[in-house]
Amino acid sequence: MPHEDNRPSPEQLLERVERQERREKRGRLKVFLGYSSGVGKSAQMLDEGRRRRERGEDLVVAATQPKSTPECNALLAKLEVIPTLKIEGQDVIDVAAVLRRNPRVVLIDGLAYDNPPGSRHPRRSGDIDEILDAGISVITSISLQYIEEFQDEIELITGKRATQFVSRKFLEKAAEIVIVDAPTEEHRLSRLREMALLLAAQVVDVQLRDYLEEHGMEEVWGNQERFLVCITPKSHALRMIESGQRNARRFRGELYAVYVRQNALSAEDQVMLERNLKVAEDHNAQVMVIEGDDPMKAVLTFAREHGVTQIFIGHSLGHGLLQSFQRTPVERLIEAANGIDVRIFPQ
Amino acid sequence: MIRNPSRGHLKIFLGYAAGAGKTYRMLEEAQKLKSENIDVVVGYFEPHARKDTIAKTVGLEMIPRRRIEYRGCAFEEMDTPAILARHPKVCAVDELAHTNVPGSERTKRWEDVLEMIEYGIDVISTMNLQHIESLNDQILQITGVRVRETVPDWVINEADEVVMIDVTPEALINRIKRGVVYKPEKAQQALQNFFKEATLGGLRELALRQAAHEVELRQEDSQNRDEVPGPASEMDARTQEQPQNADRILIHLTSHPSSAMLIRRGRRVADFLRAECFAVYISPTGNFFHLSVEEREAADRHLNFARSLHIETRVLQGADVTTALVDFARHQHVTQIFMSRSALAQKTFLQRNLVFRVLRLAPDIQITVVAERSRPKTA
Repeated sequence: MPHEDNRPSPEQLLERVERQERREKRGRLKVFLGYSSGVGKSAQMLDEGRRRRERGEDLVVAATQPKSTPECNALLAKLEVIPTLKIEGQDVIDVAAVLRRNPRVVLIDGLAYDNPPGSRHPRRSGDIDEILDAGISVITSISLQYIEEFQDEIELITGKRATQFVSRKFLEKAAEIVIVDAPTEEHRLSRLREMALLLAAQVVDVQLRDYLEEHGMEEVWGNQERFLVCITPKSHALRMIESGQRNARRFRGELYAVYVRQNALSAEDQVMLERNLKVAEDHNAQVMVIEGDDPMKAVLTFAREHGVTQIFIGHSLGHGLLQSFQRTPVERLIEAANGIDVRIFPQ
Repeated sequence: MIRNPSRGHLKIFLGYAAGAGKTYRMLEEAQKLKSENIDVVVGYFEPHARKDTIAKTVGLEMIPRRRIEYRGCAFEEMDTPAILARHPKVCAVDELAHTNVPGSERTKRWEDVLEMIEYGIDVISTMNLQHIESLNDQILQITGVRVRETVPDWVINEADEVVMIDVTPEALINRIKRGVVYKPEKAQQALQNFFKEATLGGLRELALRQAAHEVELRQEDSQNRDEVPGPASEMDARTQEQPQNADRILIHLTSHPSSAMLIRRGRRVADFLRAECFAVYISPTGNFFHLSVEEREAADRHLNFARSLHIETRVLQGADVTTALVDFARHQHVTQIFMSRSALAQKTFLQRNLVFRVLRLAPDIQITVVAERSRPKTA
């Protein structure tokens, strides 16, 4: 990336400061995420509560799960609990009591509950927001199956949908998200397990990028594989895109198809180009048309900005002796593509 | 995969940094097994003087370490013969990646562990992400540290279960600051180097992805074994991919230092694509006699390294590298050849470099030019 891009604009700086201020006043949200109930979220969370308490942190419990294991009960016995309210037979966090008690940290076991009518907030996540706004930190837990955005996929796997859920955004807002992992023999559960691990990885990825951006660090580590297929009118797009799609699927990565706009395309080239872009779209690639006098430079700039780890490019096998003395565009790309693999498709 | 039915189970607790709580979780599991009246012992445990962790060993049977003399110094190692003789149902072994002191039966602790498993002992063990061989270059890029003690990826694949031990970077940094993980003087150093928030975040993301990958591999294995019918989805589409789409990867080894990185990347890509993976070294004579001592040593090192990662390796005789490479690739139905950027420099008068000579000779094979993953400058 060119150096001058490093400097943030005044608006960006202001936003950073505001974000910082908001964060300083608000409590911190920490979420324990498990792929299913019974993986040990509650125990791990309560154990963290116990350790914090032993270190002298002012911590209370504001909600527990209806059914507790003996292990959890033993941990709970060591902690201060603010009893929940009973509204229509349901446990509802006593937000007013929590605010009066004003501890440093509140432990809330189970995030994805709807509160009964007549409660302070329709959902428990609303209670949590209010507590956070008061400057109190919250530690809470959730199972993957209660995340709104995953309902379709989970229904395919388990045949069930949740009736109460929270949005993925709520998790992404959390300052910290911890995965509670445990092995399983059951095929369906292991699919949920994989989803939960990848969700955590994505949240970490987003947070990491924010962090690096805020600190003006430009590090691309390729933790997530990203594939970029270079599209031209003459490229054998199908082969490259199919391979890109297979790679992206296998690596749980992302797939881009990029065309650097050229002027004065022949009618025939225009048709081929459109066909190639259509192929990319049909294979769920993120299709981008970019500008640049030097196509290779434009592709590389895009690749750097998007954290691409592999560039797929076609290379026509030209003839003639003269060519062997000049560097081809593909050669220049390879030489300049520091840290990015280049896969060449002969054509 | 065909496995010895009396073989023990291997479970690995995977963390992304020291202090994540791997040992704690391993011992917790041992305690749980003991409470279920299962015959469990601790074969090796690294206390690091952590109070909470040491407390977790109370009541567990510990196999005493044995002393091994090396160059006049006494080292303490896991007593594998004693564990095999004791033959518990389950043995807890800390730090799978550890290198034994010379004079031990085996070079690496993971070799001891594989031996125990062969003897029908279940093992629960711990390791950090940094020790996975194929991630070595990426770890260097993130941390600036070249990790020397590594575990080949196939050893991790041998594990029946891999469990991610997660902790947030914030919590980890707090633990370091409180002096839970290291002594004060080492803690300061750790915070300045390895334990920076961004570094930890990078490692953590990689560990989560690795753990997800391990889950997926085992799902496919178990599916292939039992053919459990499940609802159709993307996942099943992945496992039932047409064989003609199968990738076959060939790594072109040279004496150039970039070969090690090429091997790691090739292995990793092959693992994710579930591709066959070969590596060849091409020599005009079919042997190394024409090479200088340094080149010969490098060639041997690279070939051995590839073999240690379970890559099928060959030394091919061929006066012309291009033809030898393409002939082998055709014969093995290779779909892509991995080369390092140093191949661009391999050109002779009036000739294109090696990459383009191969492309011209084999228009049916793709070439992946693998980039060096060097550590970026920090702003």
